[in-house]
Amino acid sequence: MTEPVNQAETDVAATALTVNGNKMSVADVAPHTTTLQWLRGNGITGPKEGCAEGECGACAVMVSRPDGEGGTRWTSVNSCLVPAAMLAGQEIYTAEGLASADALHPVQQEMAMRGGSQCGYCTPGFVSSMAAEYYREDRVNCECGSGGCFSAPTTSDIISTARAVPSGNKLPWPLVLNDDAQRLEPWLPPRTERDAAAGADVVPATRYESTSPHEPEIGPNGFDLHALSGNLCRCTGYRPIRDAAFALGEVDPDDPIAQRRNQPAPASRPLRIETSGNTFVRPADLEETLSLLAGAPEAVLVAGSTDWGVELTIKHRRTPLTIAIDQLPELRQFHVAGDHIEIGAALTLSEVERLLGGSVPVLAQALPLFASRLIRNAATIGGNLGTGSPIGDMAPALLALDADLVLSSPRGDRTVALADYFTGYRTSIRAADELIRAVRIPTPVAPMGQFYKVAKRKFDDISSVAVAIAATVTDGTVQHIRIGVGGAAAMTLRALDTEAAVIGKPWTAETFEAAAEVMQTVGTPMSDHRASAEYRSATLAQSIRRFYSEAAS
Amino acid sequence: MNPFSSRPLAEIPDGGTTGVVMPHEAAWEHVTGQALYTDDLPYRSANVLHAWPLQVFAAHAHIDSIDTSKAEAMPGVVRVLTALDVPGLNDYGDIGDEILFPNEVLYHGQPVAWVLAESLEEARLATDAIAIAYTELPSIITAQEAIAAGQFQGPRATLQRGDADAALANAPHRISGGIDIQGQEHFYLETQASFATVDESGQVFIQSSTQAPSHTQEVAARVLGISSSQVTVQCLRMGGGFGGKETNANAFASVAAMGAVLTGRPVSLRLNRTQDLTMTGKRGGFHATWEAGLDDDGHILSYKAVLTADGGFSVDLSPAVVSRALCHVDNAYYLPNVHVIGQIARTNKTSNTAFRGFGAPSGMIVTEDLLGQAATKLGLGEEEIRRRNFYAPGQSTPYEQVVSQAERMVDIWDKLKKSSDYDARLLDVAAFNTAHQHVKRGLAITPVKFGVSFNKPFLNQAGALVLVYRDGSVLINHGGTEMGQGLHTKMLQVAATALGLPLRRVRLAPTRTDKVPNTSATSASTGSDLNGGAVKNACELILDRLAPVAAGMLGVHANDVRITRGVVNGLGTEKCTTWEELIETAYFQRVSLSATGYYRTEGLYFDSSTYKGNAFKYYARGAAVAEVEVDGYTGAYTTRQVDLLHDVGSSLSPLIDLGQVEGAFIQGVGWLTQEDLRWDTSDGPNRGKLLTQAASTYKLPSFSELPQVFNVDLYVHGETTDDGGSVYGSKAVGEPPLMLSIAVREALRAAAAAFGEPGHQVELPSPATPEAVYWALDKARRMVSDPALAAD
Ligand SMILES: Cc1cc2nc3c(=O)[nH]c(=O)nc-3n(C[C@H](O)[C@H](O)[C@H](O)COP(=O)(O)OP(=O)(O)OC[C@H]3O[C@@H](n4cnc5c(N)ncnc54)[C@H](O)[C@@H]3O)c2cc1C
Ligand code: FES
Ligand code: FES
Repeated sequence: MTEPVNQAETDVAATALTVNGNKMSVADVAPHTTTLQWLRGNGITGPKEGCAEGECGACAVMVSRPDGEGGTRWTSVNSCLVPAAMLAGQEIYTAEGLASADALHPVQQEMAMRGGSQCGYCTPGFVSSMAAEYYREDRVNCECGSGGCFSAPTTSDIISTARAVPSGNKLPWPLVLNDDAQRLEPWLPPRTERDAAAGADVVPATRYESTSPHEPEIGPNGFDLHALSGNLCRCTGYRPIRDAAFALGEVDPDDPIAQRRNQPAPASRPLRIETSGNTFVRPADLEETLSLLAGAPEAVLVAGSTDWGVELTIKHRRTPLTIAIDQLPELRQFHVAGDHIEIGAALTLSEVERLLGGSVPVLAQALPLFASRLIRNAATIGGNLGTGSPIGDMAPALLALDADLVLSSPRGDRTVALADYFTGYRTSIRAADELIRAVRIPTPVAPMGQFYKVAKRKFDDISSVAVAIAATVTDGTVQHIRIGVGGAAAMTLRALDTEAAVIGKPWTAETFEAAAEVMQTVGTPMSDHRASAEYRSATLAQSIRRFYSEAAS
Repeated sequence: MNPFSSRPLAEIPDGGTTGVVMPHEAAWEHVTGQALYTDDLPYRSANVLHAWPLQVFAAHAHIDSIDTSKAEAMPGVVRVLTALDVPGLNDYGDIGDEILFPNEVLYHGQPVAWVLAESLEEARLATDAIAIAYTELPSIITAQEAIAAGQFQGPRATLQRGDADAALANAPHRISGGIDIQGQEHFYLETQASFATVDESGQVFIQSSTQAPSHTQEVAARVLGISSSQVTVQCLRMGGGFGGKETNANAFASVAAMGAVLTGRPVSLRLNRTQDLTMTGKRGGFHATWEAGLDDDGHILSYKAVLTADGGFSVDLSPAVVSRALCHVDNAYYLPNVHVIGQIARTNKTSNTAFRGFGAPSGMIVTEDLLGQAATKLGLGEEEIRRRNFYAPGQSTPYEQVVSQAERMVDIWDKLKKSSDYDARLLDVAAFNTAHQHVKRGLAITPVKFGVSFNKPFLNQAGALVLVYRDGSVLINHGGTEMGQGLHTKMLQVAATALGLPLRRVRLAPTRTDKVPNTSATSASTGSDLNGGAVKNACELILDRLAPVAAGMLGVHANDVRITRGVVNGLGTEKCTTWEELIETAYFQRVSLSATGYYRTEGLYFDSSTYKGNAFKYYARGAAVAEVEVDGYTGAYTTRQVDLLHDVGSSLSPLIDLGQVEGAFIQGVGWLTQEDLRWDTSDGPNRGKLLTQAASTYKLPSFSELPQVFNVDLYVHGETTDDGGSVYGSKAVGEPPLMLSIAVREALRAAAAAFGEPGHQVELPSPATPEAVYWALDKARRMVSDPALAAD
């Protein structure tokens, strides 16, 4: 354990939370107070509560996180889910902090000019998510060279009869209290001109046209729309927001928020906050964590807080002891060994996505379908397994990969097969004093891998069913296949009968048609508001047919 | 003498700023997080109490007792509000069927008491300590159950013309069908919120996220047992309304006001999302059955239908919703013989209410469904059968209003077909479908004709208050509320246009009942028509008074005074002066510099007993082409391309109108394809519970529902100003484009059908979720391999 330094001194530094450049303190915050509640309670009301469960993004803020290379990555997260105490020591930005005294931030400028806000309630959240993507260091202009890459219409396309759009970050429209008459002029095409335009058969003032993108979700400026997949807008229909995102230019190197990326992210400091009988602890290391847990098995471990946050805000759960494990160095390791890849349990899904790249096909497909970027920026791989939800997406994917879990307790580490880990609805063989330290994926991974997620919505929805398939085919015969299934029973399971129907069989449509019939009967799917049992069974079977047809082509 | 106020409604003076492309007037505040909403206010006030409801989770129950004594002793609790505390009338409806603190619970989750405490957490914990006993009673959850039990409420309406029975009997082709159209949750991003304070003289000030401040004021005054003059309601802005804050806000504003009056402290009442979803009314579902007779060419000869709206537990706005549904079953089509009955089921659910489109979308779906089926049956193209049934100029609606600008529908249709390359793409889609087994595409085109005016004629009035200060700056107040639709932006443009000033001289104040009284709700798309008329009128009344002053300064007749962009000119003179000098001169001459403006829509009447009349000032129109691609493995789909062409007359503010068209369209797509309100209809312990009561289960459209190619066009009519519309030639835009989304539904139907044999008729439930589409395409697909199935 680390040397206990002067307690008082540590606490002051450790409980500071820098918001929009101003130091504030979370020293007296209750462990169940979310960052959103705390910010709003302190008069920072830009972030809004639209749902309090991570679904709408109205609460999004930018947080300084390590980029893995010694610098800082501005990372957007749902402030409604993460307890304020968990962000102690960090720096965050809300929409209020992005504009300078006389100019909007480029993101704000584009959003405002293009009609990106109507009621404005979702807007501060969109601005935060968009700013984080704007500052993403590996965001580079698209190099497809086709010229047919998605072209974000410029404002002047939309407003074809308006004259030159003023450049720079200055407000292009009149602030009514400001007496600068000139500013309005460029926005005032004389009526006669507009009438002429209307009469003559030219593109009218409001024609909005978009060309077919080769990759609809990536802008010419490298902006990945998935960065906004966790933000909902009920008013605009999103098109102007997409245009704003795709119109953003390169980051000004003098921008202080951009420069901040070159410095390390704030180090995490051990911390203990006690308020009215409830305690929040950020232990220094794994050893301290395990001893705390051993002494208080009812304590709640919190990593990304994307599940725990929902427990707090929707189910109003409270706990006397909250233990933050998101920054534990022992849980944030990633290494590629000779026969396996080890992924630390407290790595966020966004981090896992980046670290793996495309090296594990099943995960490369599963991760982008998991929740939204906002959620993946916080949610950890260990947390997803830790909650043991039968409709979690990581478990089926990892089952197909034959993954193991490394469990740590005061008794030491043990390695268990994920296939043996779950015992029932949200139950597992993990002892009360154990936590998941890491996930191990044996290598080499099967060359064929698919992940199918059936949901009502393409972006950010929970699976009705999820099917992960990894297979090896040699000389026209299926040598190896693993099928992980979520949503078919009270826990994630492997479709063993379906696997048996395929293994050793020729790679043919008949084999997979027969296997699909077996898959139709896997588990005991139920009917709920997401899907009927019949639909679940039908799409489980279809996933097998689809695997054959897609892998074959 | 009224040189200015006699200007025609549609005439845009030289230099006017309507039609100028400008962003939302509060865009700066929005993007910087500075814009204030009702729930941001408590954080800026001291000593605030927070309210939490005691909800009863039974669909129908009699309350035997409520004991609040334990709760009152809990830490932080200041007061528990129950029926006994109501100073005035314990009802927030207009006809006595909406009890604020009920002793009979009428829907699952109805609040029966509210706790006021120092913090929200303390208020919540205290509600758990309220001892409540109740007896469950039999409940009716679905509209079908209500129909079977004969449980209706409100008026039953009949829309009738000609002899539908005889025409049906004689028609060469007869088809019939039925459809259940699900409702929709508003899901305004900002939930219901009110913040009430009381001043030293007992005046109540309610800040509320309400679309209808005057109505909120009336209801709160009634509940408090005081006069309207003692209650002021202000709405800064709303984080979305969509009809969900037309009446829904009243109950919560009243509770907050009661709390403030009884404790003397500011009370904040904000629903969290779950409370909002379980306690507020929505777009009601419709159950429809229909029969139609057609001739060989596909003309509808007879149209018969029964539309049953699911009203929920009380009447609320359902009669008006049904009335609008009946007045829109015709959509853009001439129906010579019609018999349609509209009725309202009473169910144990939240009381359904206004939602963008207000019944019209449901009415139209029935007819579009009918035409979709008729096209297959008669072997006609879906586009062709629709076009053939369009109103011809001079024809009238079933309620006997002559359809103005009927020729525009054809013009819009043909222009859109051309710009979207409809005919060629229809062939492309067919070729694609032949070449692909597991994915199929569908293409569809549908029209919208939407009547603009409140169905109740008396609501079509508005007021405004315009103040000119000595420095020449102008402050306008009007009765409309801002919910994101850009009304305030448009009103600034209208005021600047009417006064002949640059936009920067005009400022707009938040909507308050002590500025403009007796206003109608901002709804039915009439916000800018009505308030724009009133703002224009107020501005012109001031100019009427200024004209003689300017005439004296310039040496011309008052009728010859012109004001353009702040410069005051006279006809036939080189002399000019500035607006500021004119105002200063007028002040010294003691001329009043403020005016209340008023507007009433002329020519409206409607007899709701015969269902005949001139219901609408004009019609807004548009059309949509949608192309979708459906995955045969799951029924999941993507919208490949959408082309919209919509008539907003002479746009007051094109960027705003474009946003309304697109936003409404996507919201409609959500309603028809994705948003799935599910109630527990079983006989289990949760009967009547809303199952999709969170953002995690009730899925709104997100970025993934944005069409890959989205071409949106405002219709160019070729006239200088459009005098078929309203203020400065504009047309309402809030609701009509929502119904353009029906094209996506029809495209999905076509794509699902493509999995089967040509001519296969698909019945598609609403919403057409991936699962629903899957079953539709699966049925079509299986009929190919097993024709015996086609029989069932
Ligand atoms: C809007 C939204 C969308 C979502 N979409 C998806 C989705 O598409 N697919 C999906 O699968 N899930 C989804 N989820 C669920 C959620 O994101 C995951 O379950 C998440 O991975 C949990 O990780 P966390 O780090 O946030 O866990 P936390 O909330 O911090 O913890 C969750 C639980 O796991 C325990 N835990 C955490 N880490 C460990 C550990 N190392 N060892 C033992 N126990 C641990 C905690 O004690 C706690 O009980 C969604 C959630 C939200 C809010
Ligand atoms: S409030 Fe909706 S995601 Fe946080
Ligand atoms: S602008 Fe209203 S929710 Fe996005």
